[in-house]
Amino acid sequence: MNMTVNGRGVELPDHVTTVRDLLDHFKLNKELAIVELNQSILDKTTRDDAVLNDGDRIEIVQFVGGG
Amino acid sequence: MLKIGPYSFKSRLLLGTGKFPDFDIQKEAVEKSETEILTFAVRRMNIFEPDQPNFLEKIDVKKYTLLPNTAGAKTAEEAVRIAKLAKASGLCDMIKVEVIGCDKTLLPDPVETLKASEMLLEEGFIVLPYTSDDVLLAKRLEDLGCHAIMPGASPIGTGLGIINPLNIRYIIEQSSVPVIVDAGIGVPSDAAKAMELGADGVLLNTAVSGADDPVKMAEAMKYGVLAGRAGYEAGRIPKKMHAAASSPLEGMSIL
Repeated sequence: MNMTVNGRGVELPDHVTTVRDLLDHFKLNKELAIVELNQSILDKTTRDDAVLNDGDRIEIVQFVGGG
Repeated sequence: MLKIGPYSFKSRLLLGTGKFPDFDIQKEAVEKSETEILTFAVRRMNIFEPDQPNFLEKIDVKKYTLLPNTAGAKTAEEAVRIAKLAKASGLCDMIKVEVIGCDKTLLPDPVETLKASEMLLEEGFIVLPYTSDDVLLAKRLEDLGCHAIMPGASPIGTGLGIINPLNIRYIIEQSSVPVIVDAGIGVPSDAAKAMELGADGVLLNTAVSGADDPVKMAEAMKYGVLAGRAGYEAGRIPKKMHAAASSPLEGMSIL
């Protein structure tokens, strides 16, 4: 499956079908990650089960140091 | 107590979390400052380097109220999107509206800041706009329903202190919501000055993170804010153009 994650085209293995799989695939910290799928921000409590599709555009952001 | 929307804070010092030399120093500086509000920015995760540490992992998040900013936004729409992403963290519902209109001066765009604040208030956020020291703009932001007004002392990161204390005073005098002087603070006396003018709080970052000893400066800023506030509450003497002796004039016949 091909998707755009944080502005970069990535090819993902077949077992990556949900947001949970995607975060695990990239070994990202689930507590910190905030996910937007096709310009729709996902609720943290339900987002892990959100299903991914070919061509999806995903943004994964977090809090970083700032003033 | 500093009251912002539904929240109350003992500390009147708000601390930014950017550009500290390392997390250990930053953690100690945060502790010494005794701040209760920490600001953050929202940025993309580096998906190819997932092991980069994050300051949020180093602190007890429950001890602090997080104030994410919309830095990076140049339009109201971008600011709203960043604010919504921040809220989706589930960690906070306060937002520092920061819409920079000029890359050279980093001064906020007044029109977009006003627009973003209005949109975010409609969305139910606790809204704290970073604004210039324009008195009428501050009034317009308050009239929208903003929960605090955050005028800059001087441009971000300059450490020039309060360039226009008269405007800051006008903003404080007219405002019925907290006024937090944000940006441009360089030394503890700048923070004290802001508080002496009657500010409800001070938000600073670079003055601490960029100091030779950030931990000591964090503590110094705490005292600056405390001293300035106490001085404000105590009520200063009026300024006079002529001297007035503080020693008694009676009993001088010994000379």
